[in-house]
Amino acid sequence: MSNEATLHGHAATSHGAEVHHDEHGHHHKETFITKYVFSQDHKMIAKQFLITGMIWAILGGLMSVLFRLQLGYPDAHFPILEDLLGSKWAKGGQIQPEFYYALVTMHGTVLVFFVLTGGLSGTFANFLIPLQLGARDMASPFLNMLSYWFFWLASVVMLSSLFIETGPASGGWTSYPPLSALGDASEGSKTGMDLWIISMALFVVSSLLGGLNYISTILNLRTKGMSMTRMPLTIWALLFTAILGVLSFPVLLSGFILLLFDRHGGTSFYLSDIFIASTNKALPNEGGSAILYQHLFWFLGHPEVYIIILPAMGLVSEVMSVNARKPIFGYMAMVGSMFAIAILAFLVWAHHMFVTGLNPFLGSVFVLLTLLIAVPSAIKVFNWLTTLWKGNIRFTPAMLFAIGFVSMFISGGLTGIFLGNSTLDIQLHDTMFVIAHFHIVMGVSGILGMFAGIYHWYPKMYGRYMNNTLAYIHFWVTLIGAYLIFWPMHYEGLAGMPRRYLDTSGWLSFNQFGGLNRMISTVAMVVFAVQLLFVFNFFYSIFKGRKVITQNPWGATTLEWTAPIRPGHGNWPGEIPEVHRWAYDYAKDGRDFIPQTEPLGSNESAH
Amino acid sequence: MIEANIKVNEQRKKIHPHKFTLWVALGSIVMMFAGLTSAYIVKRDQPNWTTFSIPRAFWYSTATILVSSVTIQMALKAFKEREMMRYRNLVTLTAVLGVAFVVFQYLGFKTIWNSGVTLKGSGGGQFLYIIAGLHAAHVLGGIIALIVMFIKAFASKVRRYNSIPIELMATYWHFVDLLWIYLFIFFIGIK
Repeated sequence: MSNEATLHGHAATSHGAEVHHDEHGHHHKETFITKYVFSQDHKMIAKQFLITGMIWAILGGLMSVLFRLQLGYPDAHFPILEDLLGSKWAKGGQIQPEFYYALVTMHGTVLVFFVLTGGLSGTFANFLIPLQLGARDMASPFLNMLSYWFFWLASVVMLSSLFIETGPASGGWTSYPPLSALGDASEGSKTGMDLWIISMALFVVSSLLGGLNYISTILNLRTKGMSMTRMPLTIWALLFTAILGVLSFPVLLSGFILLLFDRHGGTSFYLSDIFIASTNKALPNEGGSAILYQHLFWFLGHPEVYIIILPAMGLVSEVMSVNARKPIFGYMAMVGSMFAIAILAFLVWAHHMFVTGLNPFLGSVFVLLTLLIAVPSAIKVFNWLTTLWKGNIRFTPAMLFAIGFVSMFISGGLTGIFLGNSTLDIQLHDTMFVIAHFHIVMGVSGILGMFAGIYHWYPKMYGRYMNNTLAYIHFWVTLIGAYLIFWPMHYEGLAGMPRRYLDTSGWLSFNQFGGLNRMISTVAMVVFAVQLLFVFNFFYSIFKGRKVITQNPWGATTLEWTAPIRPGHGNWPGEIPEVHRWAYDYAKDGRDFIPQTEPLGSNESAH
Repeated sequence: MIEANIKVNEQRKKIHPHKFTLWVALGSIVMMFAGLTSAYIVKRDQPNWTTFSIPRAFWYSTATILVSSVTIQMALKAFKEREMMRYRNLVTLTAVLGVAFVVFQYLGFKTIWNSGVTLKGSGGGQFLYIIAGLHAAHVLGGIIALIVMFIKAFASKVRRYNSIPIELMATYWHFVDLLWIYLFIFFIGIK
């Protein structure tokens, strides 16, 4: 299927001259390879992203269980760990320092990039953009396929780094030089770091190819009548996400290229006046600046957190409106606040660098800009709450996760106001308070939004439902567990307990947290186990789940529910539906919902 | 009503999705070079900054890439007028000029390297190797794309009237040209 074929949907509605408009998708023969492996169907690519992301989520989650074991029980011996991981990483059943840092680093890298960027955007942008806009496929299905396979390659390289002798990268997910630039500085800075950079470069290429496609599909391939202001909020969110990615990932790549030259070319962009104790050697590098890397990294790094949270916001808005049986409150305010977040995302990166010796005046500018983000965030929260207000709420698993998202987003957002202040950051920087903040507001919120999306669109993806009982158990244990894990970390952080430390029992003042740490670790294991329940539910339901028998099981207005229950490549067998109204006509004129495809009645005016 | 619909569709047809994708991609490449040149500016104000002198080869390479922009534009015109012989020659010429550009860049690098500016250090020279090197990589990518497009256009017996690929190619080519002009002025002006 050529790229041109995807334009047919569009061409078919615009000029009848292109008569070949019905020879898409379902006419050509598909082999196993073209259907399931090198597929150019956006729905299959979405599933590939989702399942790859899930595998990474299990691995990344497992890593956190391992290092929580160390933090909760620093003195205990677990002989089984030595049996499983070998005596290098878990000598005597205790997690070794090098391994601990590798775990922390890989947990961050995997969850931030491979799960919550690749897994989240990759899945829902691919799945929903063409279906909700009324397009046959992406603007370029071929680039889209490449986007997945670059993601796959990045995954393979990153995974392989876990198995090399010196271990994976272990300088933190941010990979600050000089630690990341000098192979002699630590085990993980040797080959592991090179593989990390290569993998991340491949990941950047994957994100860019995906992002380009998402943007041009949204702006160019909307069906007839689908004006920008009739788009569901999911699409708006995915559009802003893609724009952020396309503008910020290349800068990260620049930073990585300079880092590679420092590692292997002998340049000193980031290096200056260094003495390495392990080799007892003074390095000749002069004039470099490690802070330069931090600027380049956080210029991506900060937009990255919005790349994670915006899709979740979009999914939640849609799921919430459908299940509250009410129009989303303040549609234009939602779009406007996402736009504001996207702009501010590029203007706040230095709030990660308040304690690097940043000019205090510059710091205060970044404080102001950072605190400004509270405004659009608060608008969004207000709109979600008012959407729920007096709604006819159906507590489906997706809806519960959407509500859980809002709860988490509020809790984590509030601590952002603490951390955004440069003066408070002197005390809170690099403590468990930061861990608590970003896990709640970005990590858990992001993943809850993703779960909301998966439970809601699962029937569209696989033509079957997931099991509700397992879903409810999954939700409640995850929500309560997440609060139990991360809430106490605020107290530890306020007391000054640092993040990333292998063992804090050397400080008498932190011994009071021994019991708390054991509790956190125990809950982390329970929550991890429940995620496996979700994974079971997911795969079991693909084959044995209750079959979907109605085209529109949730009573939603959007276009994906006008497609067949199991849509083929091309999505709609006949003509592409035409859109006559916005996506949120719920509880209107005495009707439960009015699909977007229904023409305006005589008593209605255009939205 | 029908007229209004046609109007809406015409408006949306204004830009081909692949062209639009290319423009977004160019924005993305701009961000990469913006990141690197801002790193250059920040680094310049710090101690141990070193400079280099612009080699003569860079003037030649600049002239070469400017000419190649003209030739690809003429190639596009020839294609639209269905003058396939002229089109064929101009595309070949453009690719040759592209290769010549990369060779001149290499010679320029060599001159700078021989003047004692190697990869050791973190001054203007080291930035130049990386920034101009990445730019040359983008030109090489363009040359490969040009060759692929060229082979595809003449591989089948079916006559192709679709000018989109060559239009995309021309846009990209002008972009790498302009990017080099920007970088060249940047390296001359900011030492």
